[in-house]
Amino acid sequence: MLPAVLSGFAAALVASWLHRLERETAGWIIALLPAGLFLYFSGFIEIIAAGDTVAVSYAWVPTMGINLSFYADGLSLLFVLLISGIGTLVLIYSGGYLKGHPQLGRFYSFILIFMASMLGLVLADNAITLFVFWELTSLSSYLLIGFDHKREGARFAALQALLVTALGGLALLAGLLLLGQAGGSLELSVLLSRGELVRAHPLYTPILFLILAGAFTKSAQFPFHFWLPNAMEAPTPVSAYLHSATMVKAGVYLLARLHPILGGTDIWMYVVTGVGAATMLVGACLALRQTDLKRILAYSTVSALGILTLFLGLGTPAAIKAAVVFLLGHALYKGALFLVAGAVDHETGARDVDRLGGLRQAMPITAAAGGLAALSMAGLPPLFGFIGKEMLYEAAYGSLGAALPLTSAVVLASMIFVAVAGMTGFGPFTGKKTSTPKHPHEAVMSLWLGPMLLGLSGLLLGLLPASVGNSLLSPAIEAVSGQAGDLELTLWHGLNPTIALSAVTLAGGAGIYAGREALRRAASRLQMTSWWGPARWYSLLLDGLNVLARGQTRLLQSGYLRYYLLIIIATALGLAGPKLASLGGPPGLVSWQEVRFYEWSLAALILLAALVAIRSRSRLGAVAALGVVGYGVALVYVLFGAPDLAMTQFMVETLTVILFVLVFYHLPRFARLSSGLVRARDALVAVTAGALITTIILFSSNVQFHPKISGYFAEHSLPLAHGRNIVNVILVDFRGLDTLGEITVLAVAAVGVYALLKLRLREEKSK
Amino acid sequence: MTSLILSTTTRFLLPLLLMFSIFLLLRGHNEPGGGFVGGLLAAAAFALHAIAYSVGATRRLLIIDPRALIGAGLLIAVASGAAPLAAGLPFMTGQWWSPEVPALGKLQIGTPLLFDTGVYLVVLGVTLTIILSLAEE
Repeated sequence: MLPAVLSGFAAALVASWLHRLERETAGWIIALLPAGLFLYFSGFIEIIAAGDTVAVSYAWVPTMGINLSFYADGLSLLFVLLISGIGTLVLIYSGGYLKGHPQLGRFYSFILIFMASMLGLVLADNAITLFVFWELTSLSSYLLIGFDHKREGARFAALQALLVTALGGLALLAGLLLLGQAGGSLELSVLLSRGELVRAHPLYTPILFLILAGAFTKSAQFPFHFWLPNAMEAPTPVSAYLHSATMVKAGVYLLARLHPILGGTDIWMYVVTGVGAATMLVGACLALRQTDLKRILAYSTVSALGILTLFLGLGTPAAIKAAVVFLLGHALYKGALFLVAGAVDHETGARDVDRLGGLRQAMPITAAAGGLAALSMAGLPPLFGFIGKEMLYEAAYGSLGAALPLTSAVVLASMIFVAVAGMTGFGPFTGKKTSTPKHPHEAVMSLWLGPMLLGLSGLLLGLLPASVGNSLLSPAIEAVSGQAGDLELTLWHGLNPTIALSAVTLAGGAGIYAGREALRRAASRLQMTSWWGPARWYSLLLDGLNVLARGQTRLLQSGYLRYYLLIIIATALGLAGPKLASLGGPPGLVSWQEVRFYEWSLAALILLAALVAIRSRSRLGAVAALGVVGYGVALVYVLFGAPDLAMTQFMVETLTVILFVLVFYHLPRFARLSSGLVRARDALVAVTAGALITTIILFSSNVQFHPKISGYFAEHSLPLAHGRNIVNVILVDFRGLDTLGEITVLAVAAVGVYALLKLRLREEKSK
Repeated sequence: MTSLILSTTTRFLLPLLLMFSIFLLLRGHNEPGGGFVGGLLAAAAFALHAIAYSVGATRRLLIIDPRALIGAGLLIAVASGAAPLAAGLPFMTGQWWSPEVPALGKLQIGTPLLFDTGVYLVVLGVTLTIILSLAEE
């Protein structure tokens, strides 16, 4: 399974190159990969329908319970087939849609990276693996929304989507880690059987809210829904693939996946159902206000995601069945409608529903595909959307306690779905022919193949629902509900209340469709959401963050070395001083008689040199005096038996003097610029810093914190590390990783110094 | 500023200093020394050469750009740490060989020495990059 998951990343590496080689057919060739994956994973259907699961695991950081492990059950498989199946069609479609685009090769790479990440996400067993792929989908979505990176709108939307979903991703990571602690494992397959344990855990509420934050931001739930319509800046194949069929369903997937672990509590039901219902209604109402084909579809997608969340929140067997069936139906018709919208846009140059009409003669095949998808979205028999909608009604109707408000809300959303289906799947093709920027004619095959196949599969599944019911949907439902159940999908349910509701929905939807312009005018007069809506909060927060960042940068990053030193020393004093003071005065010194005369003279020499360095009126003199201080300190090391340290100190002092001398050449003449007050302040800081270090040394020489450490090194240096020089053995062996980090920092610093010097040189030259 | 005394002395001092720096590197595991101080000493030797002659002359003498030494050093250090991975051991596990070499006796060669060589090269490269760039201005 691992090669199948990772194949997309490998293909992304060669996609750009393949596109350069085969401009015309690259899309078809690359589509072979997801098609192959679709076939490969189709082979799992039988195994999983029989009640088995497929799992692989590779150790990653086994000591921390992190594994690269994958696990396919009914739920994963449903998503995997959607991802690879729709991925195939979208790749073919992209080849036609972005034909001649200079960056088409890059586009293929991004789409493949996304597909592989999405596969990894829905197949992941380990929570950390899931998180990594989760973030990869956010990243690839960022690249794809901002694909047309020269437009500011695209960049803004890409960043917005990334910030919202990545923020949720961080919450998700925290939630998953806590979940791992509460459940005692990071493997989801293990956690699935420990739901009781997790739900009774004192951390259950924070875990739930953190994970919901991740799921809700990803799946554009209210109040985070605003990024999804803006993401329509992406090329249409991306909107169809990421922002309706797959990625935005990742949050829904997570809810479904964790339902057996976290679900079933009151708090789960109220929060998830409430947020889902709000999203469903907000999305549906906002959809009516739009005239842009893609934005209408985007808001209706928000609404559909709300429906899925709502029903997963309810958590009754009927609700879960309905959610899973609706999920499949929605992916098929919404993907198709997006692709149809893209084809219309591609052929006519217009996306405004008011300016489109009568295209059925010019684009008969696209019109047929759009019609099929619209019928499914409107929930008309014999399409698959009808079955999904009927099941939603049944579940809402049968929910205890809140049947009436819930059913009416779902019916209202479905009515708007009927109107949206009319606006996007029928409107552009029927009625009077309008004039469009481009002369319309039928799209090329790559553009109609995808929507046509999706539309036809909606019809086929509607006619033969049992074909997927038992083999694919039933195992998925079992995975979500955590218990075996039977699923009987039939087109005809008999004369029951849901049929009556369907009729009401159609009539109401037709009414909304007829009065859509009046509704839109009324809605646009209520322009309230623009100033108190969540999108406004997003921009306020972002601006606030920028102001904060700029302010603290101005405060801390003065650009003057002296202020940096001042801040560092003052911070060290502020942090360590009070602690030292609380310990009482420094411990008594060793007896003065033990200090030898040459140690006295060395100390005197160091002090004298320091005074000379301060008082000197020549730079060279000051640096030479500083060098004397350094050599004096090195001599102290020699006297007290630290030859390694002394040698290094000698070398560092020598090179420092050389560096200073080289720098002096560029400095202006020495002058005293600071006032007496400033010098007094600096003197105070310097003296207190010296006093602090002295006190720390006095304390530390008296306190033996861990006597074992040096003993351990002395004992094991030779037998374990084959070295007698403990200092060196620590540097290159016991603490080698630290040294590796240090030399990396050194290298980075050198690159920085080099860049600064060379850039200045070049500037001077250009002047 | 060229001084005949300094340039003549440097001609003899440079090879001596460089040999001493390698001596420090090699003995470091058992006696005072090591890659860090060895690299600093080598850098000081080349800095002396640059002062006695010119930066251009030092660059010609070096042949390799000091920046390349940084990269090479880092690569060697990482490779010495990664070597034990091939044997299925954790990153940076010390690996030792004790070959019998005629005239030198039994030697102790291990990945930590290789790692120290990487440190030596990084320190030499970093110091020289900074000193030579500053001196060139």
